[in-house]
Parts: sequence; structure tokens; C-alpha cells
Amino acid sequence: MFLETVAREGATFFHLAPLAVFVPLLGALVNGLIGRRLGERGVALVAVTASGFAFLVAVLQALSLTVYPEGAVVPIAEWITIGELRIAWAQQIDTLSVTMMLVVSGVGTLIHIYAVSYMHYDVRYKGDPGRYARFFAYFNLFIAMMMILVTGDSYLTLFVGWEGVGLCSFLLIGFWYEMDILGRPSTANARAAMKAFVVNRVGDAGFLLAMFLMFWFFGSLQFREVFEKVPEVAQAQPWVLMAITLLLLLGVTGKSAQIPLFVWLPDAMAGPTPVSALIHAATMVTAGVYLVTRSHELYMAVPEAQAVVAVVGGLTALVAASMAVAQYDIKKVLAYSTISQLGFMVAAVGMGAFVAGMFHLVTHAFFKALLFLGSGSVIIALERAHHPLPEEGGHGHGHDQGDHGEHEDHGEHEPFNPQDMRIMGGLLRRIPVTGWTYIIAALALAGIPPLAGFWSKDEILLEAKHLQPVVYGLLSAAAFLTAFYIFRQVFMVFFGQPRSEAAAHAVESPRLMTGVLLVLALLSLTGGFLNTPWFHPFGQWLEHTLKEVEALPFDPLVAGISTGVGLVAIGLAWLIYRGTFAWSRWEQDPLQFLLKGLFDFLQASWHWDDLYQVVFVRGYRALAGFLAFAVDWTFWHDWFHDVVVAGGFRRISRFLSQPIDLGIIDGIANGLGNSVQGLALTLRRWQTGYVRNYALAVMFGVVGMLVYVLWALR
Amino acid sequence: MVPTSFYVFLAALLFTIGAVTVLVRRNTLIIYMGIELMLNAANLAFVAFARQFGDVAGQLFVFFVITVAAAEVAVGLALIVTIFHTKHSVDIDAISDLKG
Repeated sequence: MFLETVAREGATFFHLAPLAVFVPLLGALVNGLIGRRLGERGVALVAVTASGFAFLVAVLQALSLTVYPEGAVVPIAEWITIGELRIAWAQQIDTLSVTMMLVVSGVGTLIHIYAVSYMHYDVRYKGDPGRYARFFAYFNLFIAMMMILVTGDSYLTLFVGWEGVGLCSFLLIGFWYEMDILGRPSTANARAAMKAFVVNRVGDAGFLLAMFLMFWFFGSLQFREVFEKVPEVAQAQPWVLMAITLLLLLGVTGKSAQIPLFVWLPDAMAGPTPVSALIHAATMVTAGVYLVTRSHELYMAVPEAQAVVAVVGGLTALVAASMAVAQYDIKKVLAYSTISQLGFMVAAVGMGAFVAGMFHLVTHAFFKALLFLGSGSVIIALERAHHPLPEEGGHGHGHDQGDHGEHEDHGEHEPFNPQDMRIMGGLLRRIPVTGWTYIIAALALAGIPPLAGFWSKDEILLEAKHLQPVVYGLLSAAAFLTAFYIFRQVFMVFFGQPRSEAAAHAVESPRLMTGVLLVLALLSLTGGFLNTPWFHPFGQWLEHTLKEVEALPFDPLVAGISTGVGLVAIGLAWLIYRGTFAWSRWEQDPLQFLLKGLFDFLQASWHWDDLYQVVFVRGYRALAGFLAFAVDWTFWHDWFHDVVVAGGFRRISRFLSQPIDLGIIDGIANGLGNSVQGLALTLRRWQTGYVRNYALAVMFGVVGMLVYVLWALR
Repeated sequence: MVPTSFYVFLAALLFTIGAVTVLVRRNTLIIYMGIELMLNAANLAFVAFARQFGDVAGQLFVFFVITVAAAEVAVGLALIVTIFHTKHSVDIDAISDLKG
């Protein structure tokens, strides 16, 4: 291949790596500054090109790595130099970071292309077409930030990207900040964005503390320098590594939505669907998994911390999967599913099965992006059936087609919610491409061979069986629930009879969207062959960075159990939603009828949010109230400000004005005036105006002078 | 020959009469006469001493005094006329506008 030859010739592409950051950044700037004037086509072209260019750069890095697998460090700029702390902004190009680059820019570009069409509808249904450019500016900014995150050669550079993607996440969750997900005026979306941001702050605090400790005991934040000193520090201060790894884990639980900080991710579904696909499923939330993998030398030195990470991941996988079972919102199911799958990855990297974790990260990016984009396609299909855009002329259902695209909900109706799975059903016939690709992704998620999810999940389960049997149990149970909830969703959405007018008239999405779905479906079908037990190029690829990689032999028992569990769960879902307890026989979700209270408990996500509400939010509010009313108002304002500052000032100014200004300063001025006046009053008596008096005075003067002269001449 | 001291006494007498006239009389014209009287008392003293010392400078000085007195009278009478025009009086006490 031509490019490979070029790479072999010695001209490596490593020095091109900064472009993966700067080109998307440029795209974000262009769209952010002059996007409104470019028109939708111009904006889309700029955004997709920028993201595609980043992918091209990533591919070139990968090509260079095939020849120079040891990678390179590409310096960009001197950044911080304070005393001993020297941090350059440099990019670490190795197999691990390039894997992330490929996933981020590859899946990112596909989602960009999808969003070109999706956002065309979304901005119109939400009533502000001008926001199209802003969306793509944020999206490109996200790609740039993610590139900084995955290529940084120090924890601080990584943290910059970490916060940058958090910012983009905040901006995009709150993209429709003035409404809720149904488009009603509300602060709901803005609150969801703020929740994501605030919960992530908790995790970031852990990350920061870990970095402080790292600088204190390692004297550096650069990956290589830190890892070199691990054995030394592990011997001298074992607790330091323990503290650092657990604090990093806190950061991971924030960004990768693990117990206990996962609560922000379901609310993050308030963002447009491509955002959920790119940021809250495929890339940003996997940053935590990347962080643990990147820090593998730290974690390998502390087995106890590894166990904690693995258990956190395993518990999250199971708990979140159980929550996903009882959701009605098509995206909420996927949100909990994402949390659960991230739990799989975190458990894997926690156990030390870094290749398995990264492998699942990659395949998950494919099929979860596909699921989210498919759900977006379903949402748009229902929206278009419910009230077609004026430009389409529309053959949706009757009353609100034509010129007034604005839909009027009559008072007694629930507002139309295109994300509610209860109004769907039978969509496979109406939107076949979306439907079949969705089923492929669902099979991949359920871990049915030979799809992508099977291989990666199987590898994790295999490692878990050997390394952490408890976690193996948790993950197997989670795998069962995973297959169940995703096929519950598939059956509710795509099979059976349509349960609403909109579902009966759903319109397949444009080819730009379905095309992306097909590409991702292909990746979900074949992605698993990157790393099968018999042929594992992915493992060998990562071996250059991760060193210790022993691929476990294929275990038919593990694979059989996981596949069997998946099939049983799918069968159970079929039984409940299509067979004996089919939806049509019951007025409600049959599962809700079967599980009763448990269903509500799961639907409320174990009342986790309510717990935080009681423990943290209420306490925080009480504290805030105390601070606001007692401390700020009564103490600072009423007492300190009014009495001490203002009162003191008043007293000083009164002192200065009364005795000093009026007494002394004015006294001097007035006294001068008064004394001059008094003198004048005395002297004026001499001026009688009578010539005689003056003449007399002259005479006395002359006589006086004469007397003097005569006396002097004596 | 009449001794010089007689002339000087007479001059002093005239001067005193003139000065008292200026100080005590209210009629402006009379005051003018008092001033003339003092000037001529001085002239008499000049002339008397000029004769005693045989020096004509004293006599010469008298001519100057007479000339200046004539000019002074001209100015003074003009002032008196103007005062009379404005005050309808020649009483010296009527012009006390500069009283402080």
C-alpha cells in the first residue's frame, strides 16, 4: 500500500498528530464565528471535513505505528514552568492513544455525518433553525478536546482535555436550554446540564487530588516519568499509590458514570441524540476507562485498588442494567445500558484485563453509537409522522399537516413525546433500515456470536472468571439483564401493533442517516474479529504500550454460558412482550404488571437520585440557606456591612466633617475673613470724608516731621 | 532797616492764620484764601531771607510759587465750580463722599 511504503521510508506521520487537535478546533472556530452566514450545507461541510481530517490524521498515525510500534512524543509547546514543575504540551503517540484517536475521530465523523441530517430536523422541530451552526461548533470542539485528552503525554494535559470534553458535554446537554425534552418552556434541560457538570466536579476533585499527590511524591505529572518511579514509591510509601489510584477512580466514576456518580448520565439524555451517541455513549464517557488503562502501571502496583475498581465496575454493570429494564424512554434505556457497559469496561481494566477493556470500549463505541443513532432515527421518524415539516408537504396524519407545522396539543392530551416507547410498536415495517440495523446492534449488545459485543464481552467474562470470580458473577447477571432490556426495547419499539397514530405512519429517515446506520451495523457485525481468541491483532497492537498481555485460551464454558444467558434473556423478553403476556392483552407494560413495586423501584433507578436529594441536596440547601440568610444577610450584610463598614464610615466621615472640616478648616478660612473685616471696621473710622480732618492730619504730619528734623539737627 | 526776624514773625503769623482758616472754616472759597495766605507767608519768608543773604535764588523761587499758585487757583476754582454744580453748595463738609 502506498501510504505504508511512505511510512516505511522513514517519513513518519507522527509530526502531523497536532493537526488532529487543531483542525477540529479550527472547524469549531469557523462554525462558531461565521457559521450563521455559511448556511446549513456550509456548516455541515466544514464540520464533517474537520472531523474527517482528524480521522485521516489518526489513520496516518496508525500506519506509522505499524512500522514504528514504539511510537513517539510530539512536542507542541512549552506550557507551564514553575520551579521544579515543568510541563510541556506534548502528544504521546502510541498504540493506546491512537486506538482512542481512531475510535473518537472515526465514530465521531460518522456521527457528524448523521447529525447533518438529524439536526436539520431537530432545529426545526425545536423551533430555532439558527442553532444549527452552534451545534456543529460544539461538536467539533468536542472532537478537538477529546484529541487533547487521548494524546496528552501527562496527567495535566489529559486533565485539560478531560475538562474540555466536560464543558462540551455541558454545552450540548443544555443545547436546548430553554425547554424540556418535549420542547415545553422549562429549565429542565439546563438543570440536566448543570447536574452533569456538578456531578463531574466531584469526580474531578478526586482527579485533582490524585495529581497533587503525584506531583508531591513523583515530582512529575508526565506519564513516563511517573511510571518510572512507581517501584521506588511503592517501596517507600505504599499508601501513596493506594491513595492516588483510588482518587483517580473517583474521577473515573464521575466521567465514566460509575457508582456512585452515575446519576448525571440518564439526565444527560436531554441533549440531542447525536450528542448522546457521540459523547454520552461512544467516546467521552469511556475517557475513564482510558485513564485507568493509561495508568495501568499505577494500578498494577496496588492489587487492592484494582479489586476496588473491578467491584465498582461489576456492581455498576449489574445495577445499571437492572435500572434499564424498567425505563419507558427509548434513550433512557440506552443511557442505563451505557452505564452498565461502562461498568463492564471498568471492571475489566480494574482486573488488569486492559486489552479486554479497551476492546470492549471499541466494539461498544460501534454498537452503542448505532443504538443511539437508531433511536434518533426512530424519534425523527415519529416526529415527521406526527407533524411533517412544511417543506416536506407531508403525508402524515390528518389534522396538522400543511402550512402550520407547529403542532397544537389539546388540553386533555398528554404532550406528544416521540421518545416514549409506549407509543411505538410495529415500527420494523415502517422503518426497516433503522429497524434491522437496530436489531443488529441489539444482538451485538446482548453478546450473541459472532457479533462484535460477543467477542469483547466474552473476553471480559473470561478474564473475570480467572481473576475475580465475584465480579464474574456480577457481570454474568448483568449480561442476562442486558440481553433482556435491549430486546424488551426492540420488541416494544419494532414489533407488535403500532400503539399510536404517529407509529403507524412513521417515515424512514433520509439516506444520509440510514447510510451511517448501515456503516455502523457493518462495524458492529465485524468489529469483534479484531480480537478473537484465536486471532488477536488488537491485543498484539496494544501490547506495544501495555507490555504484559497474556491472551487467555478460549473457554467454551464461559462463551457457552454467556451466549446461553443472552439467548434465555431474549427468549424471556419475547415471552413477555410478544408471547403469553403480549402487550395487546394488557393495558400496560406486562413487565410492570408482573413486577409491580419492583418495577417502580427500578424505574426510579433505585431511588438513587432521591437518596442524593435527601442526603446531599437537602443538606446543601440547608447549608446554603444558612449561609445566605444567617451568615450572608444577617451577619455580613446587616451587621458587618451596615454596622461595621457603613456605620464606621459614617462615624469617621461625621468626625471629619464636623470638628475637622467645619471646625478647623472653615474656622481658619472664616477667621481670616472675620479678622480682616474687623480690622477694616476699625480702620474705616479714620476715613471721615471731611477735608478738614485730612488737612489736620497733614498738618500734624508736617509738624511731626518738623519736630523730628529740628530735633535731629540739634 | 527792618530786621529779618520781623518778617519771619509776620510770615509765621500769616501762615498760622492761613492754616487755622483752612482747618476751621467751612466755606471752600475762604479755605482757598487760607491756602493763598499760607503760600504768601512762605513767599514773604523767602524774600526776607533772600534780602538777608543777598541771594536772588529766594526771589526766583517766589516767582515760581506765584506761578504755581495761579495755576492751582485755576484748578481749584474749576473744582469748586463743579462741586457747586453737583452739590449746590460750597460748604466743604458737603463733599464727604469718601467717608469710609
